Amino acid sequence: MCLAIPGKIVELIEGDNPLATVEVLGVRRKVDLGLLEPADPGRAGDWVLIHVGFAMSKISEDRAREQLELLEALGEAEAAALEVRGYSNLET
Amino acid sequence: MRYVDEFRRPELIRKTSEEIRHLADPARHYRFMEVCGGHTHAIYRFGLHQLLPSNIELVHGPGCPVCVLPMGRIDDGLAIAENPGVIFTAFGDMMRVPGTRGSPLEHQSRGMDVRIVYSPADALKMAVANPDRHVMFFAIGFETTAPSTALTLIRARQQGVRNFSVFCNHVTIIPAIRAILDSPGMRIDAFIGPGHVSTVIGCRPYEWIAKNEHKPIAVSGFEPLDLLQGILMLLRQLSDGRAGVENQYARVVPWEGNRAALKAMSDVFELRPYFEWRGLGFISQSALRIREEFSEWDAERRFAVPGIRVTDPKAAQCGEVLKGVLQPAQCKLFGKECTPEHPVGALMVSAEGSCAAYFNYEHRKVAAGVP
Repeated sequence: MCLAIPGKIVELIEGDNPLATVEVLGVRRKVDLGLLEPADPGRAGDWVLIHVGFAMSKISEDRAREQLELLEALGEAEAAALEVRGYSNLET
Repeated sequence: MRYVDEFRRPELIRKTSEEIRHLADPARHYRFMEVCGGHTHAIYRFGLHQLLPSNIELVHGPGCPVCVLPMGRIDDGLAIAENPGVIFTAFGDMMRVPGTRGSPLEHQSRGMDVRIVYSPADALKMAVANPDRHVMFFAIGFETTAPSTALTLIRARQQGVRNFSVFCNHVTIIPAIRAILDSPGMRIDAFIGPGHVSTVIGCRPYEWIAKNEHKPIAVSGFEPLDLLQGILMLLRQLSDGRAGVENQYARVVPWEGNRAALKAMSDVFELRPYFEWRGLGFISQSALRIREEFSEWDAERRFAVPGIRVTDPKAAQCGEVLKGVLQPAQCKLFGKECTPEHPVGALMVSAEGSCAAYFNYEHRKVAAGVP
């Protein structure tokens, strides 16, 4: 819960709220971008750090790779994958 | 012990570790507290304490959300779920945490509708999908998860979802640090500041600790090199006689934090006058409750909450471990009555709890005769 999971925004989802399809650990999930700074919103291709289904900050691709390696090194990659698979699917 | 070569940038790790040895005054004993449970986990996992000279002691702080939740709150949440039609939802970490009459998982086996969610947004979605039921989300966590709960409540109000509520147990990290500094007999020389909590709150809230308590802080990342660099920053400050806030994790943590997340939190939550922390007791203005404007989605207002207070088992010394007075293995129950398989205290439940981390990485090794 304390460790963030990196994901890449694939495309923004049209609607009232800033949602996006994000590729995280090999699966695509709907992630809420509503907690990113409005002045610097998420765009397709951006990497973000995700906590409990919400993008909390934008990061560089290098930072994202570093974070993935860290989850692996901490033995948390499996738990992270389980968390991500648990986010409800794209179909609402 | 893990070999340094297994880590990223081993040459820098060696160099940093040598600098630490060089700078640490052999006549002093240093006590540095890592506030965040993720750091505790990383320190044991990587065996980082073994890369430090013996006069630098790492003390594990209160930053494990399930560990600091008093048992009475679990009982209260489960009591709400006993109302007809209620679905109890929580993160997986919560499911094995014991209440007086068992954990949420044990209640599930006795017929309660208890479901794991990985995001508060999914609990809201469950409410939309089950209009004849009431979905209650048992919210826990520091500032890493509180903004997500806040935005979920904003979405629930926007969408007019009325069969959804949050039982709010969110806590804030700064008052906990203050309480630790205030506790009698406590000596901490400096703090390793949490990584991901700080992406939300930024570095500014730590300034009072530096200014008023004259304790150096280094907000740090989670990699071996990050933590060693954080420790080196603390040592440098101490040897120069400075006490300031430094940001080792600037590649992820902005000094000002995340304003959008802070705004969502302040729109939805307000400070409780006081809240009970397991092991630390009542701490004023240390937790969040849902504002009046969102009262319809506040489980504490919608349902009768018994307000149960439970004292922890006397023999378990969770409080002393949480405050850093005792190391995990110094507790009388550690590894005997209290194990990750049969946790007596919450510190043994979560991977971020210092007892579970110590048990998994140190105790098992010792028991297996691994050097």
